[in-house]
Amino acid sequence: MLSNPIFLNGLRFALLVLAQVMIFNRLNFMGFINPMIYVLFFYWYPIRTNRPLFLFLGFLMGFVIDMFSDTMALHAMSGLTLAFARPVVMRFCFGANYEFQGFTFKNTTRIQRITFLLLLILLQHIVFFTFEILSFSHILLILKKILFTGIVTLLLCVLLSSLFAREYD
Amino acid sequence: MQRIINFILNYRNAFLYGLLLVFCLAMTIRSHSYHQSKFFNSSKLLTGSILSTKSAVSDYFRLKEENQQLAQENERLRLLLFNAKNNTVGINSEPIYEVIHARIIKNMFSSPRNYITINKGLKDGVQQDMGVITPSGILGIVENTSNNYATVQSILNTRSNINAKIKNTDYFGSLKWDAEDYDVVQLVDIPRSATVTVGDTISTGAMSSIFPEDIPIGVIKKYDLNQNQSSYNIQVDLFNDMANVKNVYIIKNRDKEEILELQKSTENVE
Repeated sequence: MLSNPIFLNGLRFALLVLAQVMIFNRLNFMGFINPMIYVLFFYWYPIRTNRPLFLFLGFLMGFVIDMFSDTMALHAMSGLTLAFARPVVMRFCFGANYEFQGFTFKNTTRIQRITFLLLLILLQHIVFFTFEILSFSHILLILKKILFTGIVTLLLCVLLSSLFAREYD
Repeated sequence: MQRIINFILNYRNAFLYGLLLVFCLAMTIRSHSYHQSKFFNSSKLLTGSILSTKSAVSDYFRLKEENQQLAQENERLRLLLFNAKNNTVGINSEPIYEVIHARIIKNMFSSPRNYITINKGLKDGVQQDMGVITPSGILGIVENTSNNYATVQSILNTRSNINAKIKNTDYFGSLKWDAEDYDVVQLVDIPRSATVTVGDTISTGAMSSIFPEDIPIGVIKKYDLNQNQSSYNIQVDLFNDMANVKNVYIIKNRDKEEILELQKSTENVE
């Protein structure tokens, strides 16, 4: 059952949304740090994919989280951007050969994978906080939020991704 | 024509991205600029019921602390009650303010525009623009209501603007938030002639029909003159810990419609 990709990704989608909404959105660590661990969905999603579907899933993921946290369309926007930019980020991290049939996550190094995750998180946070605050006079506040939330998100995502390590496709 | 269709098909991902992005942008900008933020979903049926179940579970972990707070408040109210007995002159008038008790099912204080969801709605008589207070200070103003739930625009919201004054004087200004620190709000437009001291209490002013006068808000943490040296910018340390509130009271002003109508008709004459 767990090898069925539709079921696996659906379960992942639901669990990540619930974890984000119920736990991480109300963490408020040090007053403002709410790590966004749903970035892991974009990290775990199969490499060879139907792109329009993936774009739509990214959008939907963010949208559902938005509905729970009253941040209308901010998560949706960053999720969508992540889904759109993922191939570029992958090419940057794994080189041009990631598109070949034989390529799997197994033959990448740990550093490569963490860089991939880091870039995804950075992109997500930049989009999210820029549009959340939407004012250039608060640029320092935006940078502060990106930096600290990013660090915590990265730590949590690395932990979670090694906790739920899987057989790669 | 064929070429246009081919072009669109070739770049269908980019088009899909663009389309959805425009949708998102429209929603975001709409919720930024509209006073009436219509797309509030935590007060809707499905999300509302999930959040209140979650809140029902997590409430058990705080019962002790809550009880203490309630006991403290009871004490204070009893004190007031006894004082009132002594002071009664014998005028029996209808009370202007009505109080509705509610509980927070979703709190939020880390974003620049914070909204709080509470478990009372239209059915319980909650309406837009009613004031919401906590046992120790003020919380915000009701923004949207559904049948069973309501969302409150927190004072920790860059769009919030509440009339406030220095207690025991009549110098008033507006209370705003700069999104920096969830314990500190800003009181602006206090005229230069006022005497301001660190540690003075700030309370709600008499200029609004939303809050009754003299509800405590916080104490002055520090202050300075604004750019053109004409009024003070005051940093106010809030009395209530916005990260830890559960029981709130919604204040209904019975005379509000009358006041607003009167003001409106006066403006129209001008």
